[in-house]
Amino acid sequence: MDSAIEKISIIVSKGSLEGIYPALIMANGARAEGIEANLFFTFFGLDAITKKRHEHIKVATVGNPGLHLATIVGSLPGMPGLMTSYLGHKMDKLDIPPIPEFIEMISDSGAGLYGCQASCDLFGISKDDLIEQVQGIITVGEFYAMAAGGQIIFT
Amino acid sequence: MPTATYAGHDVSVNDEGFLTDPGQWTEEMAPQIARSEGIAELTPRHWQVIRFMRAQYQAKGTGPTVRVLGKTSGVTVKELYQLFPKGPAKVAAKIAGIPKPRGCI
Repeated sequence: MDSAIEKISIIVSKGSLEGIYPALIMANGARAEGIEANLFFTFFGLDAITKKRHEHIKVATVGNPGLHLATIVGSLPGMPGLMTSYLGHKMDKLDIPPIPEFIEMISDSGAGLYGCQASCDLFGISKDDLIEQVQGIITVGEFYAMAAGGQIIFT
Repeated sequence: MPTATYAGHDVSVNDEGFLTDPGQWTEEMAPQIARSEGIAELTPRHWQVIRFMRAQYQAKGTGPTVRVLGKTSGVTVKELYQLFPKGPAKVAAKIAGIPKPRGCI
């Protein structure tokens, strides 16, 4: 088992539901295997850890061919909320937690949560705007130092 | 198939060290399996999780994931990771002599 993965650092750059969940599932799954995990939220991925936004993450219903929905339909008012609610019910049945609860669980598992300094500067976000589980706002250099010796995943 | 010797008994294990027949397991084997997983001593809190894993396996045919453990075992996710740093569901299942729980969440 010399080649076993011992540490992963996951970069979350998208603010859509389908952009955030895979990263959370991979981080949570890593911790369950005893693998050290850190999550680094950048650009719109910051929504997942922003107090006023993390409970309102939506599926992208436009520009998302995998949804098999005509763009004109996907652009109707209320459509993102409708699709998000539909998926949410399906996830609930599979016992997949909502994003805020999932992030809290991942934090409890010992994974590190960090905001990207450049993106926080860009959007005018301070540590107080982020949920309490976030350990800090760090620079890209600090991220690389933290990720050293492990694998980096960009989502 | 590989074998291991716990508490003086030979048991069949898979490549990852999980018992292939949970019926071969006895509580006396748990401390030794735990030590091989880096847990020096099993506390009553460890035992609460281990017994819960056994009971769930017997009731459902599969061990619970960390999320289910955190919601139903009476031990929080945070404490589960303190008790079993290398992965609560995985390590507790191994110590409890049941197969590794499958599931992505």
